[in-house]
Amino acid sequence: MNPAPALPAEPTAPRERARTLTVALAGNPNAGKTSLFNALTGLRQKVANYPGVTVERKEGVWPLPAADSPWPARLVDLPGLYSLDAASIDEEIARDVILGRMTAVVPAPDVVVAVVDATNLERNLYLVTQILETGRPLVVALTMIDLATKRGIEIDAAQLGQSLGVPVVPVVATQRRGLDALAAAVLQAACAEGRCGVGWRLSEAAERELLALAGENGNGRGTDKSVEATDADGARRQAALVELYADELPPNEARQQAVVAARARLEAANPQWWQEPLVARYDWIERAARASVRRKREERSSVTDRIDAVVTHRVFGPLILLAVMIVVFQTIFSWAQLPMDLIDQGFGALGDAVRLHMPAGLLTDLLVDGVIAGVGGVLVFLPQILLLFFFIALLEDSGYMARAAFLMDRLMRGVGLHGKAFMPLLSSFACAIPGIMATRTIENPKDRLATILIAPFMSCSARLPVYTLMIAAFFTGRKVFGVVSVGVLIIMAMYGLGIAVAVAVAWVLKRTLLKSPPPPLVLELPPYRLPSAVNIAHTMRSRSWMFVRRAGTVILAISILLWALATFPRLPKAAAQDAQANARAADDGRQASGAAGANDSAPQADDKGAQIRQSFAGRLGRLIEPAIRPLGFDWQMGIGLISSFAARETLVSTLSIVYNVGDADAQDGSNSLIEAVRNARRPDGSRAWTPLVAVSMMVFFVLACQCMSTIAIVRRETNSWRWPLFMVTYMLVLAYVASFITYQGGRLLGFS
Amino acid sequence: MMSANHKQANGTTTLGVLPHGKTARVVAVGGAGAVARRLMEMGVVPGAPVCVVKTAPLGDPIQIRVRGYDLALRYTEAQTISVCAE
Repeated sequence: MNPAPALPAEPTAPRERARTLTVALAGNPNAGKTSLFNALTGLRQKVANYPGVTVERKEGVWPLPAADSPWPARLVDLPGLYSLDAASIDEEIARDVILGRMTAVVPAPDVVVAVVDATNLERNLYLVTQILETGRPLVVALTMIDLATKRGIEIDAAQLGQSLGVPVVPVVATQRRGLDALAAAVLQAACAEGRCGVGWRLSEAAERELLALAGENGNGRGTDKSVEATDADGARRQAALVELYADELPPNEARQQAVVAARARLEAANPQWWQEPLVARYDWIERAARASVRRKREERSSVTDRIDAVVTHRVFGPLILLAVMIVVFQTIFSWAQLPMDLIDQGFGALGDAVRLHMPAGLLTDLLVDGVIAGVGGVLVFLPQILLLFFFIALLEDSGYMARAAFLMDRLMRGVGLHGKAFMPLLSSFACAIPGIMATRTIENPKDRLATILIAPFMSCSARLPVYTLMIAAFFTGRKVFGVVSVGVLIIMAMYGLGIAVAVAVAWVLKRTLLKSPPPPLVLELPPYRLPSAVNIAHTMRSRSWMFVRRAGTVILAISILLWALATFPRLPKAAAQDAQANARAADDGRQASGAAGANDSAPQADDKGAQIRQSFAGRLGRLIEPAIRPLGFDWQMGIGLISSFAARETLVSTLSIVYNVGDADAQDGSNSLIEAVRNARRPDGSRAWTPLVAVSMMVFFVLACQCMSTIAIVRRETNSWRWPLFMVTYMLVLAYVASFITYQGGRLLGFS
Repeated sequence: MMSANHKQANGTTTLGVLPHGKTARVVAVGGAGAVARRLMEMGVVPGAPVCVVKTAPLGDPIQIRVRGYDLALRYTEAQTISVCAE
């Protein structure tokens, strides 16, 4: 037999299985699939990625509580999908698992459980017909029956099952109702003989083509009417159907010609020939639904309609969206601050403790400044990521996210982006990492990539310490018209600059590198539902864990590299002094490391300053000085720039080392650092920093991608080094050009 | 933009210009490619009753009701769908 691309599972004889049963859970988005998965597996689940893509792979153990169950089942939760003719990566993966094409990762499922939302029966059944066509054993889990009853829809599950030819089990996941019956039906389906199938037929012309293609494919045992032969006929017809109507052609050249010829004949008769199976499926669904659904009354105004009347209202809609944005934004900014500070201090304390108890030397330095600082640098983002995914899950589960996309689509389309790009970009104002992780909801890879590439332009919270230092040093106390402080205006201008450049870059990208038509919008606006705390907790847990594990390793590596750059080559004298200082400290019986650290900070800072000037980082700073001089920067700022590629806020601590200000005083740009910045001189005696240099520096920080965590996560999400490297490069070029224009233009205009 | 010249013979019009709240039946899905297929997969097939619920505050996209659920699509796509008002 010719292996056609979508050849369904070969019909196996009575399934005697000694191994674990594999059950795939498929269904439309919003059909209640996640709740059912959580109810069936509890906490016995794990989340990973499918190899090579960023689609989440969720699996769990389903104990199959039916009395006669000999095995537990491996339950695979597929991404939500509307159809097996995949439109997004998520759908492609789900389809491939159902068709048994992912056997390297997931064995071909023994049974597919299709989750069907009773309040939205016809559209949900479309996927069911397609799964039936593949011939996989199928059980339908009917969810949301209580909601359907409330809306006056009565569904006779037994009758529906008869019409579809597969068992239909009503379930209420939250109350654990129907789960045993579902298990029993799955076990029975796993052992049943014969191939599932559907009764719909195409037009005569199309059926003739199918028969011809199927005949060529098989060996034409038309008269043998045994079960196996009927099954084989069904499988061949299905294979022919997929070949005839799929986007891609079969690999075999002879088959290709046959398919192309058949398509041409059909198209000549009917230009919309490709619509036939879609219409036929819905006809079949309507017949099945008519027999089993009774509408008691047509509900005029549902709760969802009443909420929508306000939430997508001409005036209130945008206002509510604004309010939601402010709440999300404010929360991520302020609530995350305390745990972030705690994590920061915790790792600081851990570093101090290690320094105290280990002999001074390279190993200790590596451990403290490289490893512990690196791990801390990863974990410090966790509060923001957790909070952001809390909100995203909340907005997604409740149904509001689709409305936000509905409201914003017109604006986003203007830039060539999808309405769904709105939330990720908004999140990036807090931190680009969760923002970039949240782009997964965008189906088209090019649109998703464009969103990822502009996300880092949103001024994230890590830029604030830099803005704050610059403004505190040069723009405090100044007011415009006596009321508005210049500092606030400048910060707003920086946010505005980031947004403007993001819009421009998206516009250019969508017309060049990522050229594609404006993404289509065919978006379901699901009914509002009370979000489930369990589902939200699951999302937060899996997303944050993925961040820690995947991005963490890269961040740690870069952090150690940057440490090495700032440490080598060693300053021999400093090393000796270091050792002395440590010995002295030990003699003093240093106990409370925090207080002692402050006392010692001055001489140590001096050593550190000498060390960093001498190190590779310092040499690099001098090396790049000619390049950054046109931006108004000297080599000491160059060291800051280099180290800030680890994370932007590092600029502040690096400057305090370079200018020999004690570590403890450097927190949040305290007075001594501000003084040092104000008084720093160049070799010729002129001031190193001027208000214009400060603005130039801020512009650079708005536009440059100085964040290894972002680079790591883009590497993770795009699955290649190409895009993160492209991103760093083009953002650096933009930052350079913009700073150049700012500084040189400012000088021409007479600013200093 | 919602002018009468979109009206075609025998009461057929396009979904994009169907007055809000008025139910009509889909006559044909004219587009091609992935968007047209997705619209049909979502239940917008010839014979299905549809109605326009509302237009987004910025004038696009529109919200339609089909087979008892709500779907958002853009005006451009809605214009490829011919409907016959009931």
